[in-house]
Order: sequence, then C-alpha cells, then structure tokens
Amino acid sequence: MIPELGQFSLILAFCLCVILATLPLLGASRNNLLWMSLARPLSAGIFVFLAISIGILAYSFAVNDFSVQFVANHSNLLLPTRYKLTAVWGGHEGSFLLWTFMLSGWMLAVSVYSMSMPIDFVARVLSVLGILCCTYILYMLATSNPFDRVVPLAPADGVELNSFLQDFAFILHPPALYMGYVGFSVVFAFAVAALLSGRLDAAWARWCRPWANAAWAILTMGIALGSWWAYYELGWGGWWGWDPVENPPLITWLLGTALIHSLAVTEKRGVFKSWNVMLAILAFGGSLLGTFIARSGLLTSVHAFATDPARGIFILAIFALAIGGSLLLFALRAPLLKSEFGFGLLSREIFLLGNNMILVVASASVLLGTLFPIVYQALTGGLISIGPPYFNVIFVPLMALLVLLLGVGPICRWKKTSTGYLVAQLSRVALASVVLGVLLPLVILLEFSFAATIATSLAVWISLTMMKDLANKTANKPTRLQGLKSLSLGYYGMQTAHLGVAVMLIGASMSSAFDSEKSVLLSSGQSIDLGEYVFVFDGTTRIEGPNYIGDEASIQVLKNGEFERILNPQSRIYITSGSPSTEMAIDAGFLRDLFITLGEAKEGGAWSMTIYIKPFMRWVWLGSIFMALGGIIATRDKRYRRLRRRQEELLAEDLRANLQPAL
Amino acid sequence: MKPHRKKRLGIILFIAVGLSLSIGLTLFALSQNIDLFYSPTQVAAGEVPSGQRFRIGGMVKDGSFLSAQDSLRVEFITTDYVNDVPIHYEGILPDLFREGQGIVAEGSIDTAGIFQATRVLARHDENYMSPEVKAALEAAGASTENHSSLVEK
Repeated sequence: MIPELGQFSLILAFCLCVILATLPLLGASRNNLLWMSLARPLSAGIFVFLAISIGILAYSFAVNDFSVQFVANHSNLLLPTRYKLTAVWGGHEGSFLLWTFMLSGWMLAVSVYSMSMPIDFVARVLSVLGILCCTYILYMLATSNPFDRVVPLAPADGVELNSFLQDFAFILHPPALYMGYVGFSVVFAFAVAALLSGRLDAAWARWCRPWANAAWAILTMGIALGSWWAYYELGWGGWWGWDPVENPPLITWLLGTALIHSLAVTEKRGVFKSWNVMLAILAFGGSLLGTFIARSGLLTSVHAFATDPARGIFILAIFALAIGGSLLLFALRAPLLKSEFGFGLLSREIFLLGNNMILVVASASVLLGTLFPIVYQALTGGLISIGPPYFNVIFVPLMALLVLLLGVGPICRWKKTSTGYLVAQLSRVALASVVLGVLLPLVILLEFSFAATIATSLAVWISLTMMKDLANKTANKPTRLQGLKSLSLGYYGMQTAHLGVAVMLIGASMSSAFDSEKSVLLSSGQSIDLGEYVFVFDGTTRIEGPNYIGDEASIQVLKNGEFERILNPQSRIYITSGSPSTEMAIDAGFLRDLFITLGEAKEGGAWSMTIYIKPFMRWVWLGSIFMALGGIIATRDKRYRRLRRRQEELLAEDLRANLQPAL
Repeated sequence: MKPHRKKRLGIILFIAVGLSLSIGLTLFALSQNIDLFYSPTQVAAGEVPSGQRFRIGGMVKDGSFLSAQDSLRVEFITTDYVNDVPIHYEGILPDLFREGQGIVAEGSIDTAGIFQATRVLARHDENYMSPEVKAALEAAGASTENHSSLVEK
C-alpha cells in the first residue's frame, strides 16, 4: 500500500506541474496577477509531493519491501542501511526520481530567493521549470516507474546493489552531480523567460548570476567527487578517462564556465546579451545529453546501465523539443536584443571573449570526440572508439592558452586598455613565471621535464598576476588591510576559483608527467622497489564483511629504508551476487599518493598487484574545491542582496497597488 | 568603411580564422586516434593488417582461461561462437573478467595470429553487454539471447 502512496504523490506532483506549466505563463502574457502569483505556491507543492515520493521509495528500501521491483533489483537483506537508503539512486528509475526531486528543490529555491525580481519574470521562470518537471514525471510514469510492483509473488530477498556502488562516494557523487546538472535548467529557464519577456539587460544578468554560479559550483563538486571516486574505486590509476558518460558533465561544465564569465560582461558592460542566452541553452543541452547517453546505452561506457531503447527515445524527444524549441525562440527573439560593440581591441571584454571562444571550442571538440563513434556507425556501419590521446591532444593546449589569458584578463581594464599599461604591469610577472617554472620542478623533483616546466610556469603565472592585481586594487587605500576589506565578495570568489585552476593544473600535470607504476607478482616476504620506496608484502588474511568475504593483504611501505606505514588493499567477493571487487589501498599525501590494487592469488600464495606513485594527486581535488568555493563565495556578494532589499520594498508597494482593483 | 564596421569585420575574421584552425586541428587529431573495432570473425578472415592497433570484442570462451603461476601473463580465447581469436595479456584483469562474459580488448595482432592486448575492458554491470560485443555476436549469427545456452554446452 505504501509504495502506491508514493506513486499517487508522484501523480499529484504531475498534476500540479501541468498547472504550473500553463497558468503562470499565460498569466504573465496576459498580465493576470492572480495566475502569475500561483507559481510560487505551486512550486512549493510540487516540492512537497516529490519529497514524499522519494521519501517513500527510501522507506521501501529501509523496510526491505522487495515487492517493489526497483527495491528487489537494487537491495537485499544483507546490505548496510546507509547503502539501502542511497540505493534510491542506485539504478535508473530511482536516480531519475532524484533528478526530478532536485529540480523541484531548485524551483523551491527560485521561488524563495526571487523577491527582487518582477513577478511576471518569476512566473515565467517557474513555468518553464514546470514544463521540464512535467515531462520528467511523465517520462517516469510512462517508461520507468520506480514504484512498479513484482507480480504476483514478491521475492524473499533482493539482488545485490552493484558492488562498485557500495561506497562512501556513491552517497555524495550522484546527488551533487544531479544538483549541479539540474541547476543549469534554472539558468536555462531564466534565458527562456528573458526571450519570452524580451527583457534581457544588465539587471537580468544580475538576477541570473548567483544561480549560474551556484549551479556551476555544485557541478564542479559533483564532477570532482566522481573523478575522486573513479580514482580510488576503479583502480586503474587514473582520475579522468574521457569516458562517454564523463564527457557530457565536462561539456556542461565548460559551457557553464563560459556562461558565468559572459554574464559578468553583460552585468558590467551590457554586451554579449544574446550570447548568454545561447550559452544557457547549450549548457542545459549538455546536461540533457549526459542523461541521454547514460540512459540509452548508445555508447560503450563504464557507466552504462542495462538499458531500454524506449527510454532513450523518450529522452531524445525531450532533448529535441527543449533545445529545438528554445533555439527557435532564440532565432525569433534574438534579433531584438541588440548589443553595441562598445569596447576596444585590447580590453577586458576581448579577453573574456577569448575565454568564451576557447571554452566553447574545447566543449565542441569533446562533444565531437564523444559522438563521433555514433555518427561513424550510422554512416558506415563500422564500429570505432576514440581514445584518450585525441582528447588530450586537443584539450591540453586549449587549456594552456586559456590559462595564459586568465592571467591578463583581471588586470586588464574594461572598455580600453593601452598596450603600454599591460606591458608595464605584466612583463616582470611573465619573466618571474618562466624563471620559477624552470627552477621549481628542478629543485623539487630533481629532474627536468618539459611538461612540468610549462605547467609550473602557467600555475605561477596565475598566482603572480593574481597578487599583482590584488596589489593594484589595494594600492590607493591607506592600509593594505583596508584595501582588502573594500574588495567585493564577487572579486574574492573569482580569485579563489582562479587559484583553484592553478592548483588543479599542478595536480593534473605533475600526476601524469611523473607518475610511476609497476605490476608485479609477490609471494609473502618478497619486496619490490619503486622510486624511493620499497614495498614489502607480508601475506594476506581472510576477512568477512557484512555482505562480502575476501582477502586483505598487508604491505609495508619503506621510504629510504625507514618504515613509513602499512597498506591493506582488499579483494572482495560479494555474497549475494558473487561478483568480485577490489578495494584499493591509498596513502594520500600532500605531495604524493601511494596506491596499491590487489589482483588475484596464484599458486603458492603469491598475489598479483599493481603499485602506483602519483605525485601531487591531491592537488587535482584541492583545486576543484577552491573552484567550487570561489563560485559559492561569489553568490554571497552583497550587491545581489542589497538590490533584493530595495526591490522588495518596491515590489510590496507594487503588489498593494495592483491588488486593490483586483479585490 | 566606417570604423565600427571595420571593428566588427575584424572580430568576425578573428573568429572565423580561429574556428577553422581549431576545426582543422581537431579533425587531424581525430583521424590519428580512431580505434577501429573488429569481431573475431573479421579477424579470422584476415581483414585486419598485422601491426595495426584496434579493438576486438567477444565472449571469453569457457575453459580457455590460462594464468601463468610465476608472472602476470594470462591467455584466453575470445569468441563470437563462430571464430576464435587467442589473446595474450600481461597485467591485472578487471574485476568482472570471467569466462562466458563479454570483453573488449585493445591491442594488435602479431605475426603468429595472437592478439597482444595492451588493455582489457570488462563492464561494471553484469547485465550489460557492450554494443560492440553484441554487434559482433549478431554479425556472426549467434543471437545474443541464446548465448547463455551456448555457454552451457
């Protein structure tokens, strides 16, 4: 009975969505205040019913209700409770429910934090989100209902939750990724609402920016968590594989990055208006594409679910309608949104334009590499795959170029900057970057590498130009501290995120340039040298977990002859499904990660294993944390709130004046 | 020409040159990094020149898996139930590698007709069969539905 309540709740949410998708939109075009003001309570209602729905699904997992097909397929009696609850997003149906629930959460947030915007605009934004929510719920009810029952007889126990998913990161990665993904639907709705209302100005950019920043920051964390998870769980020694399912979040992220930069230009200078709308539509398209690729099973990927073509076609239809419709609207309305070319050839606008071009080209080339196998198969019938070298060849030089511009952009002035000013500001910084870039890797790593030199130079370039900029901006205040206090949170957010780029750049380049790995077969007592470390294998012991059995190896790590620590990689077999799984042992450090994966036992107690040393590995995620933090700091900027308060008063008066005749 | 037109033209030219340059480089990089996929039947028919890097996909033949006891060397046979190709690999196999499962291997054929793999991929979801393996089996005439019965034989 209880699962049916979940489904009723889903259907009720659908009904509210239908109203939200129509009435406020009509109200906005007919200036009917009552219809427009329905948008906020309807959003809250949808959120409540979807929360009940997902809560009931979680409850069905908690009480082992295996009469629900989805529960029977993704949980069993032995599964630890935390994975039972999170198994809600362990499969297609449930993760789509989570996705839709996240959307309703964003809708609720928009309805609460939108007091500074005119009511007709809020009504349009929420209505557009309502249309999306409506199609998602319809999709769930039609093709992938999480509350479907097993008829006639429920199994006594469920199947195993895929052993890869029984992991701490599984609790965090999917919700964070979905929340970031879905956040771009909010930006998309803002863009469509702007096209519908014809209002696309600096104020629009100011309303839109906190949302774009928040979605971008959360998506950054979602992707970083996924990469961290893949790194320690899959045990192939890498953190980014250019897998067809990894790529769409990256494409969305790159477009989102371009968007938050071009929104800055629109807010400050009133240019790049229609370009924002285009980017918002494309970023949203990237998020839908990601769902489509993951759900349709069109491409070979580590994430692929056992899939059903009907689902793929439905998502493709949503994709075509949403993107096609919004692009059509764009084509009809964009010519009305003229912006002036009011800036010189050497100005901050130009550098931000360069940023946008590079990011769009980068995302287009990732998209090309991801979809090319499908196109090739459709045209020739042949099957191909595009390897990581393609992506690296394209992506790395583009990012290097981007980082070069990143140093100049913030120093440059809006509208017009003289060449002499830039040279005076940056020549010493550039020289210092090159010198430090050559020296630092030599001193720290004691070997010369071209890649490390370039990467260090670029990272130093970001940091030094940042300090130069800080020095410039605080120079005319009596004390430095006062100067620092006078800078806005938006500025600090930008600098934090840019510092994150430098940190990540070091992590990504050093860990790939200087990593060492060795696959070996060791018997108990044998040891192996790698770099300055010695690894001594002390044999294995049997272990027993709640729902698995396995072997745990004990490996002593010695550095320059001195004991450092013991690492314990495991090889597990999950009891219900019988599927094997390896648990890596990682010694994470600020300057290097040691990483051991256990293979299989051979005759005589020898084990195969792979040992990796990855310098600066942690910096990849540290950098992502800085970037996300920067995005969040920027959303807290005072100017969004100051304006909100002023507008709130105006709006209150407005409402009073408007409601009088209606009453 | 008016100055603002000139500026606009400059920007458009800049974008056009940048775009065509990047498209050209992208296509070049793409053409250098395509791994073609072949089925065991295509390999047996000699469609693949020796030395060329490619991907092969099929099922791991039952009873074909051999693992050296003193090194990381493993050997197995991949099959589409019509033709077989022996694969040699040095390294640790993925968790879900086992006989009767679909796999995809990357590498090249040596002169003895043995596929020397540099990477072996098995999928994370045991219900999931990669489109490549499915296509290889279908092309060889063994329908994917009855592969389990074939395995039991």
